[in-house]
Amino acid sequence: MTLLSDEQQLAYMNAQAADGRINVELETDDGMTLNMGPQHPATHGTLRLVARLDGEQVISADVLCGYMHRGYEKLCEVRSYPQVTTLVNRIDWLGSFANEVPFILAAEQLMEIEVPDRAKWIRTILFEMSRLANISLFIGDLSLQLGAQTPAFLAFRDREFVLNQIEAVTGGRFHPNFDRIGGLKDDLPKGWIADTKAAMVRIREFCDLMDALVLGNEIFQMRMRGVGIIPADLALSYGLSGANLRGSGVDWDLRRDSNIGLAYDQVDFKVWTHPDGDSYSRSWVRVQEVREATKIIDQLCDSMPGGPIMAKVPRIIKVPEGEAYVATENPLGEMGYYLVSKGDTGPFRVKIRSASFNNISIVPWLLKGVYVPDIIAILGSLYFILGDIDR
Amino acid sequence: MADDATTTDDAPVEDAPATDEGREAVLAELTEHLGDAVVDSLIKPGLGLWVRVANEAWSETAEVVRHKAGFRFFDFISAVDWLPSPYGRYEDATVDVPWPPPMPDRSQAVPGYTGGDTRLQVLASVAKPGTDLRIHLKADVADDDPRIGTWIRTYAGAAWHEREAHEMFGITFEGNPDLRHIYLPTEFEGHPLRKEFPLLARVVKPWPGIVDVEPMPGEDEAEGEGDEG
Repeated sequence: MTLLSDEQQLAYMNAQAADGRINVELETDDGMTLNMGPQHPATHGTLRLVARLDGEQVISADVLCGYMHRGYEKLCEVRSYPQVTTLVNRIDWLGSFANEVPFILAAEQLMEIEVPDRAKWIRTILFEMSRLANISLFIGDLSLQLGAQTPAFLAFRDREFVLNQIEAVTGGRFHPNFDRIGGLKDDLPKGWIADTKAAMVRIREFCDLMDALVLGNEIFQMRMRGVGIIPADLALSYGLSGANLRGSGVDWDLRRDSNIGLAYDQVDFKVWTHPDGDSYSRSWVRVQEVREATKIIDQLCDSMPGGPIMAKVPRIIKVPEGEAYVATENPLGEMGYYLVSKGDTGPFRVKIRSASFNNISIVPWLLKGVYVPDIIAILGSLYFILGDIDR
Repeated sequence: MADDATTTDDAPVEDAPATDEGREAVLAELTEHLGDAVVDSLIKPGLGLWVRVANEAWSETAEVVRHKAGFRFFDFISAVDWLPSPYGRYEDATVDVPWPPPMPDRSQAVPGYTGGDTRLQVLASVAKPGTDLRIHLKADVADDDPRIGTWIRTYAGAAWHEREAHEMFGITFEGNPDLRHIYLPTEFEGHPLRKEFPLLARVVKPWPGIVDVEPMPGEDEAEGEGDEG
């Protein structure tokens, strides 16, 4: 290690001191700096928010991310195709299985593999189960941030019904790593479909409970209604997706509108939108999505076809040269993989388009002019997972 | 499909509808507004539309696709480094190979769909809300001083993506006033997603999982039941 000169050392100490100063609430001529994070209960991980305040009002806000950047795009380039699913499981860690699906679909698109029906059905069911596991926790977590503890415990309790079903099939509660190019690793265990239907009933009861306890709560509505309004056109321009976009009244769902090779064209479900575009409408849309997901799973369980769960694929997987982009409607929004293959056993380049990165990029705009307690409500209603921002 | 990597839009794809009217119409509209700025294009029927535009027309392209063609949803901006990695896929420990390995020749950078003349290419994607339509846009950027116009005046979400592409590939987006690092520390040097940037963890210790699955005795490499064991 090289020794620093006195000047360098002084500059270094100044930089350290500047960093330290920003960690306390600091009064200056043009307002106050409020630092949230990197460790803050309202940020689900290590996101740092630096807001300039004038009294209780935010003048400007800056989001600093990257505390959890793991460089998945670089790591994908040195992994083989079957190994990549292990990595991408950790992007949105509450709905892990949903992360694997678009990558596998992109590889299958280039290899021109037709997946057996049964594999499609099971994939779609597990995909929707990730949505249940992810969004049920959102409702609990959001109320926790707004000061209500009970819904959080209820959410953790009822999420177990979904996680148990995921575990029964895949063996993993959080990181299934179950999807394979050409199909799935294993078939469903015996008695699983009946258990699943019972679990879906419990989840629908949970939704009713949350409707009464959270969405219908007067304090919750006062905190959320009219706060953090996103106009539809701006939402599109920022690339917001999922419930954040549908909460602004844009009727667009990749499950319905995109032909992505899952079994969504076989089921009947409604895509909910809300015209208000505020924090409440985003939360409301998410609760409706949980209900619809349970209906999708029920219908798929009823129409489950027989047959193999794996297409014929070579033992050593080499994806032909080409490029493909496949995006799916993940719990957090649109998640896509731009896959570039050079005919090797591993990808040449993978661009991971994760939903939260775009969803959170609107925060500096959205926080301008809001009051400090609303920061929590807005961040909570946008719903991001840190692994999905930083990748 | 390996051989239509550099062909144009009339390349037929087997087992798929031979034409794709929706995407043809989008391409015709772009060509009408952008004229010669559309350098090359490729339509894979039912799957995707790739358009390569001239570097100078990058910002104008964003205006056209958003306001004229109605692709109001912003997906992402990133880049691709077409140079092969000098480290391969880190199969060997560094004790076995000369270090640092020689950089691959510039001529080995083979572009993908819609071709290209430079090593680095900017890649962006936009979508039409309510539909399945997406455009993947590409543009060449110079090897020595990669520069291109910004999209922030058209798509607000482009600001963060340009910051990411700037730190990961060293591409300067002219007109974007805020190209600070977004993931990496401020004092970080280098552009990690360029191929010559080594993945140090792999250099220090080779990855045990790189060993390929050996075919079972009496089994051809191309066959098998798809069991990954």
